[in-house]
Amino acid sequence: MSAGRPSDFRLVAGAAVAALGFLGIPFLIAATPIEPVMGIVQKIFYFHVPCAYLLFLSTFVCAGASIAYLFKGSEGGDRLALCSAELGVLFGLCVLVTGPLWARVAWGVYWQWDARLTSALLLWLMLVGYLLARRYGGPAAKRLAAGLALFAAVDAPLVYVSVNVWRTIHPNTSVITQSVPEMKLAVRLAALLFLVLWGVLLALRLRLERARAALGELELACEDALEGP
Amino acid sequence: MPAASPGWWAQAAQIARKDLRLEWRSREVLFTMTFLATLVVLIFSFAFIAGDDSSLSPSVTAGILWVAVLFSGTVGLSRTFDREREGEAIRSLLLSPVPRSAIYAGKVVATTVLMFMVELIVTPLAAVFFSTTISTHAAWLALLLLLGTIGFAAVGVVFSAGLLRSRSRDVLLSVMLFPIVAPVVMAGARGTSLLLDPATPDMGGALLWTQVLAVAAVVFVTVGLWAFEPVATGE
Repeated sequence: MSAGRPSDFRLVAGAAVAALGFLGIPFLIAATPIEPVMGIVQKIFYFHVPCAYLLFLSTFVCAGASIAYLFKGSEGGDRLALCSAELGVLFGLCVLVTGPLWARVAWGVYWQWDARLTSALLLWLMLVGYLLARRYGGPAAKRLAAGLALFAAVDAPLVYVSVNVWRTIHPNTSVITQSVPEMKLAVRLAALLFLVLWGVLLALRLRLERARAALGELELACEDALEGP
Repeated sequence: MPAASPGWWAQAAQIARKDLRLEWRSREVLFTMTFLATLVVLIFSFAFIAGDDSSLSPSVTAGILWVAVLFSGTVGLSRTFDREREGEAIRSLLLSPVPRSAIYAGKVVATTVLMFMVELIVTPLAAVFFSTTISTHAAWLALLLLLGTIGFAAVGVVFSAGLLRSRSRDVLLSVMLFPIVAPVVMAGARGTSLLLDPATPDMGGALLWTQVLAVAAVVFVTVGLWAFEPVATGE
């Protein structure tokens, strides 16, 4: 791929913003007041929550792109679905690692079958299932994975409702965070920053997939030319 | 002018009848599924029952029952579709002038009927093993199982059809299916547990879970009718 295309400029700019942001945000987080109930561990919140947003965003991008692939045959949609599913698994892993670290201190246990935890875990498992189906699904892998993404998208509200009802029968969790303006600002900036990072990673990953597809076509064309009369 | 082809419903019914007739000739899937479900129930009783007390709490009984349904249903699904692979039967099925959605509906009906027959045997068996009374709300319990089975089959048929030519289809079916049907299992197991509880029967809760199961069944069947064609027969 040649340098100097407009998308390259946006990529470099995005990467620079993300890099600068990740240098700066620790100072901002350090400047937020310490939460009186949970103490210093509450600060993991500034990375945990943006990652959770991105897990949900990735799932819906994946589902939307899968629908475009399934019903319109868009190869680009399939590539976008794959890349966002991978990012969803990555950021979801961040959620599932940072969450228990915080919970161990705040709740005394690593895991609670809380509504939000369980929904996030199930959503993450669906994305892992998507990647497994995509990779080992045989000749129909792409369509199969796209079907899974479609079901995952309609399933998400059902999961949320049923997990909520399931847990409200035994309510024993409470996540109370006082909304101090500095905290709100820090968490919003962190969310924005993670969104930029997500965008940059997605663009990079999509570029790789596009290059791979183009290479495949070239190889086919090459074979045709060599075998031709 | 060709003779008018039968309507959509008739075609779906025909597909379901074909599958059930094939199954009835050997009863292979029915017998193996029932035996597997019974074994799952037994294995759980070996794991959970300790000491003199041979009864389990309703929530454990309900959980065991639904896990047995889930496992035997998964095995049943993959066996039903193995049959379509033998002799490339699926090719003739797809070449026949039947709407894909009718094929899907027929398959869902056949799978649901098979699974429901297994449930009719395994549920009383579980009740006997765990000294639980199921006769109090038998019809309601059957409705819960039926709705859950429809939801399960609606997703499972789409995935097993797509997995027809994959080498690792057995494990992939579970990997894809279980997270998606998690709400169905949750609603089914919780609802069943509320119905089985003799001390504090919670009818309102059971009704709520029945509604969740009904919504899940409707949503999954709708998406399945829509997605079966591109997922199973894309090219």
